[in-house]
Amino acid sequence: MTIAGTSTAAPVVALRGVGKTFANGVTGIDNFDFSVREGEFVTLLGPSGCGKSTALRIIAGLSEASRGEVEWPAQSNKQAIGFVFQEPTLMPWASVTANVRLPLKLQGLSETQSSPRVAQALELVGLGAFAGAYPRELSGGMKMRASIARALVTEPKLLLMDEPFAALDEITRFKLNNDLLALWRNLGKTVIFVTHSVFESVYLSQRIVVMTSRPGRVSSEMTVDHSYPRDESFRTSAEYAGFCRKASAALGEATTAAGGGA
Amino acid sequence: MNERVLRIVLPVAVLALGVAVWDLVVRFAELPPYVLPSPGLVLGTLVSDWNLLFGSLGVTLLTTFEGFLLAAIGGVGLAVLFNQSRLIEYSLYPYAVILQVTPVVAIAPLLLIYLPQQAAVLACAWIVAFFPVLANTTLGLNSVDHNLSALFRLYGASRARVLMNLKLPAAMPHILGGLRIAGGLSLIGAVVAEIAAGSAGAGSGLAYRIAESGYRLNIPRMFAALLLLSLAGIAIFFVLSWINHLALRNWHESAVKQER
Repeated sequence: MTIAGTSTAAPVVALRGVGKTFANGVTGIDNFDFSVREGEFVTLLGPSGCGKSTALRIIAGLSEASRGEVEWPAQSNKQAIGFVFQEPTLMPWASVTANVRLPLKLQGLSETQSSPRVAQALELVGLGAFAGAYPRELSGGMKMRASIARALVTEPKLLLMDEPFAALDEITRFKLNNDLLALWRNLGKTVIFVTHSVFESVYLSQRIVVMTSRPGRVSSEMTVDHSYPRDESFRTSAEYAGFCRKASAALGEATTAAGGGA
Repeated sequence: MNERVLRIVLPVAVLALGVAVWDLVVRFAELPPYVLPSPGLVLGTLVSDWNLLFGSLGVTLLTTFEGFLLAAIGGVGLAVLFNQSRLIEYSLYPYAVILQVTPVVAIAPLLLIYLPQQAAVLACAWIVAFFPVLANTTLGLNSVDHNLSALFRLYGASRARVLMNLKLPAAMPHILGGLRIAGGLSLIGAVVAEIAAGSAGAGSGLAYRIAESGYRLNIPRMFAALLLLSLAGIAIFFVLSWINHLALRNWHESAVKQER
């Protein structure tokens, strides 16, 4: 079996020396070099406020880089992005179906054209039975599932996830971690995942990019060389603990190198 | 007794008590009707003058409704315009405020000089009622979830799409709140204008009836007309609250029933 995202695969997007200085003079990220290959699951790991989200928003085109280049070898990929925010960010006045349909509606698809794809996306995240529910009727985990379904409904190549599970309880988070890995493997997406949790980053990703804070730079990179599928036995293994220790050390190094600005 | 029953029984009991005290005061002090009519006489006048008063109620309610409709369209329309163009907002917003803070009682006589009476009355109702709609809609349009607007940008939504599918629905609770205030205010605007017009010797709305009855010392009819006005205000409030509830019951915290 070949694991997606080997070094031979083409890069989907690459950031070269990207910097972002906000209007108030704060530099979010600086000299940020990063690339992700097709099919890869990469995590940006760093303390809160280190510019992880800024990097993600620049990739998504929601924010403009002040310096440096964002390269898209295949321009079509630039249009095929799914974004999952830290909060579920659902429209409270619309049903789950209408929320998931939104991206297709904005692309100009009619209801009959989009309905099968919406139903399929809801099935993927296990929300088929809640299609008609309103967001307030859902639990935190289910709202996040709806949010993921919305990101998947356009069948994007690249999925950007900005600390999507940070606000969830641990049980729900573990469950969603597993479901996300299953989705990634089945759908063959490229995922850039942002988190401040060492444990989550190790469990999910093939590669971890550790960031310094203020300004956010790449401090170090490590690969999590363990095959998929990963499950609870991986989460409780000594190997997992070893990776976590390594990632923690890298994170500690990154924060002290930047003057302990955590 | 549970809370729902209490919420109906208690105000009704207060009303009954008030009416009883009123009646007793009139009886024992032997007050003549032109000083203070008894509740029975007021009700009797309401019945005997029903045709006259009901016609006037229709006139006032029509003005109120038209004023309210114009306020709703004008308020929401201006807010959307302000939201789309900063230049227009900066140019016009101060004048919207000035229109609001100048007492309508003072504007009404002037409007009656320059406009036909019906138009002047309508203009008054509009002036009083449109500002809460404008202010609330502006607040609503500006308090859209930032991540949701980012999402719309990500999928390349046009301005019209953002307005129709994001901003207006998000602002709906605020808009409806503004409309609820505007409903009561347009009745006030209509009444103020009618009274101003009435002193100029024309008009047939309920407020004009009150002014006219005052000149003729027909105090029972004044009370009857006042009662109708007050009932009209209550009815407007309940209709708008009901619309508010229907529109928001599925999603907004203010309308969603809490399970305890």
